Amino acid sequence: MRKSVIALMLSVLVLPAGLLPAEAQEKGLIFYGIQFEEMEYRFGDENERLFGFDGDAFIGTDELKLRWLGKGEYSFRDNGFEKLENRVVLQKPVSDFFDVKAGFRLDTPEGRDRWYGVLGLAGLAPQWFETDLDLFVSEKGRLSTRLDLEYELLLTNRLILTPSINIDAAFSDDRDIGIGKGVTAIEAGLRLGYDLVDRAISPYVGVVYEGAAGKTADLRREAGSDVDGWRTVIGTRLMF
Amino acid sequence: MAPWKFFRDAGACPAALVFAVAGFSLPMVAGAGTYDLTVDRVTIDTGGFSREGIGYNGTSPGPELRFREGETVTINVTNNLDVPTSIHWHGLILPYRQDGVPTISFDGIAPGETFTYSFPIVQAGTYWYHSHSPFQEPDGAYGAIVIEPKDREPFRYDREYVVQLTDAHPHSGHRIMRNLKSMPDYYNRQQQTLGDFLKDARRDGVEATLADRQDWGSMRMMKTDIEDLQGFTALVNGRSAEQNWTGLFKPGERVRLRFINSSAMTYFDIRIPGLRMTVVNADGNNVQPVTVDEFRIAVAETYDVIVHPKEDRAYTVFAASMGRSGYARATLAPRDGMEAEVPEMGAPPLLTMADMGMAHGMDHGAMTTGDGMKGMDHSGHAMPPPAGSSPGMPGMDHSAHAMPMTGDATAPSDSFYAPGSGLLPVAADGGKFLSYADLKAQKPLYPLRPATREIELRLTGNMERYVWTINGKKYEEEEEIRLTYGERVRFRFVNETMMTHPMHLHGMWSILDTGAGKWNPVKHVISVAPGTTVYMETEVDAPGKWAFHCHLAYHAASGMFRRIVVEGGPSTGMVGTTGEGG
Repeated sequence: MRKSVIALMLSVLVLPAGLLPAEAQEKGLIFYGIQFEEMEYRFGDENERLFGFDGDAFIGTDELKLRWLGKGEYSFRDNGFEKLENRVVLQKPVSDFFDVKAGFRLDTPEGRDRWYGVLGLAGLAPQWFETDLDLFVSEKGRLSTRLDLEYELLLTNRLILTPSINIDAAFSDDRDIGIGKGVTAIEAGLRLGYDLVDRAISPYVGVVYEGAAGKTADLRREAGSDVDGWRTVIGTRLMF
Repeated sequence: MAPWKFFRDAGACPAALVFAVAGFSLPMVAGAGTYDLTVDRVTIDTGGFSREGIGYNGTSPGPELRFREGETVTINVTNNLDVPTSIHWHGLILPYRQDGVPTISFDGIAPGETFTYSFPIVQAGTYWYHSHSPFQEPDGAYGAIVIEPKDREPFRYDREYVVQLTDAHPHSGHRIMRNLKSMPDYYNRQQQTLGDFLKDARRDGVEATLADRQDWGSMRMMKTDIEDLQGFTALVNGRSAEQNWTGLFKPGERVRLRFINSSAMTYFDIRIPGLRMTVVNADGNNVQPVTVDEFRIAVAETYDVIVHPKEDRAYTVFAASMGRSGYARATLAPRDGMEAEVPEMGAPPLLTMADMGMAHGMDHGAMTTGDGMKGMDHSGHAMPPPAGSSPGMPGMDHSAHAMPMTGDATAPSDSFYAPGSGLLPVAADGGKFLSYADLKAQKPLYPLRPATREIELRLTGNMERYVWTINGKKYEEEEEIRLTYGERVRFRFVNETMMTHPMHLHGMWSILDTGAGKWNPVKHVISVAPGTTVYMETEVDAPGKWAFHCHLAYHAASGMFRRIVVEGGPSTGMVGTTGEGG
């Protein structure tokens, strides 16, 4: 059952090149873009040094896009990725401001890997909130969800303050990867960036709170791991 | 080749420019001019930036082509690029196979190929040519066309210059398109900021300002969304404001300025402080002279004005972009090297709810918005028609803007803008700002007759996705529009977007309905402001397949484009003279 879900997800990913209409290819209506909203060093307590990124690349037409979404956090103390996930989805408009996306996600941090199927919405909510809502089905058949919100406050047309929040929740325990039912993790950031070169290079500084929540936090405490922490970040946003 | 056939810089060839039209008329030459154009990679140097672009005969703008009404021209176009190209003769009435739109009129010009255009010149006036292949025109592939009439002009001038405006951008057209698709506000650096919020809150109160921001935020629309593409350097005849293109005159001379807006995306408001301008020609056709202090030129339009500088001093030709993010500047002077003061652009305008099509049944003075603006449901947003021109609008009392067409109203108003529009132009130095309503044909090209049918074209789009459409459909999603040779079609443009769209029909004239009946002006571009409905009529007198699109380069490329098929009529696709040269 789980295998067949993943097989389906994979087969969907083989299609996009063929799905893009030949006419669109001829007329140059295929677009691509690469963006790293976060590409940063994170400084925590006790000389904790981390490298974090949150990237996004797409290719496709107005009607159908293939999108990669990657997110990770590398610890220089432990010499390994504390978090690392890659999502590959197909994305299609469903309303004026929202797309539906479907595909898969592979988490390969230190420790156990996990495959997931992904179904989600991405778009611009009223009052200019960049919104992503995802539903994940793990290879173990367990459901989890994530809400990602971001807002850009223009201090000037180049100096931009970006609050963001990311909430993960699980509908059931997955103890192999230290997940407990309920809200599992919260990441909140506040980054102040300056568009140095167009919108291509925008260095920023900021603070990020990362914390496990609920039962997941208990599991982490039991394992003797950090439950939450504040970090100062310095990095740059990139867009090509 | 006659000596006047080619010169790229008006100033470089004064002898050809200074010709007195009054007093004599040249015998009609049914000549056959041959012209050679090469399409080349060129360097575009604005002084501020330098980049590779596309030009003709090694320059951008390409050479000014001077034709004579009545001649048949042969133009050999050699493509030196490594991609296909094309040249479209903007505004010219010609057989459709000569119109230069790849996939519609012909196959395009392959790299290394020479394509020979040949067509009779059946009109006179100011026009231009440009590539119709993806993003080549924004990259510099454009030039001016001046057609001398076979008969004498109905106005006098001693000297003339082409003033060709463009919005050169450091990014290539392909990259701009990609950036707009990735992030529609990529180039908008005039967005409202926290500072604007505080300023507005001080003026209007925090509550009102929050409500205002929420209204716009609920639609996910920006008041500042007037120019999709900022960051350009505006050029006159290829020269930036600093490079200051200069046209010479002798005090007391009448100077005809042939303004052409060859910009990819930018409208300009043009004035010459110290001089009034008499508009004598619009889009190649003579109009009854109207004297103004300032006028707005839509993308792809042309306006010919006559100025009469009497003093021995320099004058600045100042063209501020409609969104006030940049300006072009040139100088008229008795001697080289002279300069006049360059004015300030003034504050950028802001769109209002009226531009969102929200003026529905509202008092036009105060745009205090409440509900009534949920989403972008435009059903039934019948907007005011050009005054006196069209069927009644049931249930709408728009008496407040049923403007007389005399143009002497003191309060700024223009029936071609939504009542309460933030885009309503006002002459910067006071005085008269040209309206479409002021344009009256000098000599109508067609007798007035009722249209055989009406076709509604809703101008639609989605800014967030950067998808621009007609009746909600992109070019590739929709069938062509089929017209029948011999009919007169009335097009009803309903602009449901917040952008201004310069709609351009190839091959046939666009008769703009200003309510002036037989004197309605005959154009090739009809600019449709947000929240308005504008009518144009077309005498379907040219068989074949034609392009019909918004002339904003990135709107056309993202879907605001249609193919028109004219069925019936002469089978050769050759049409006789439809105009008398204005």
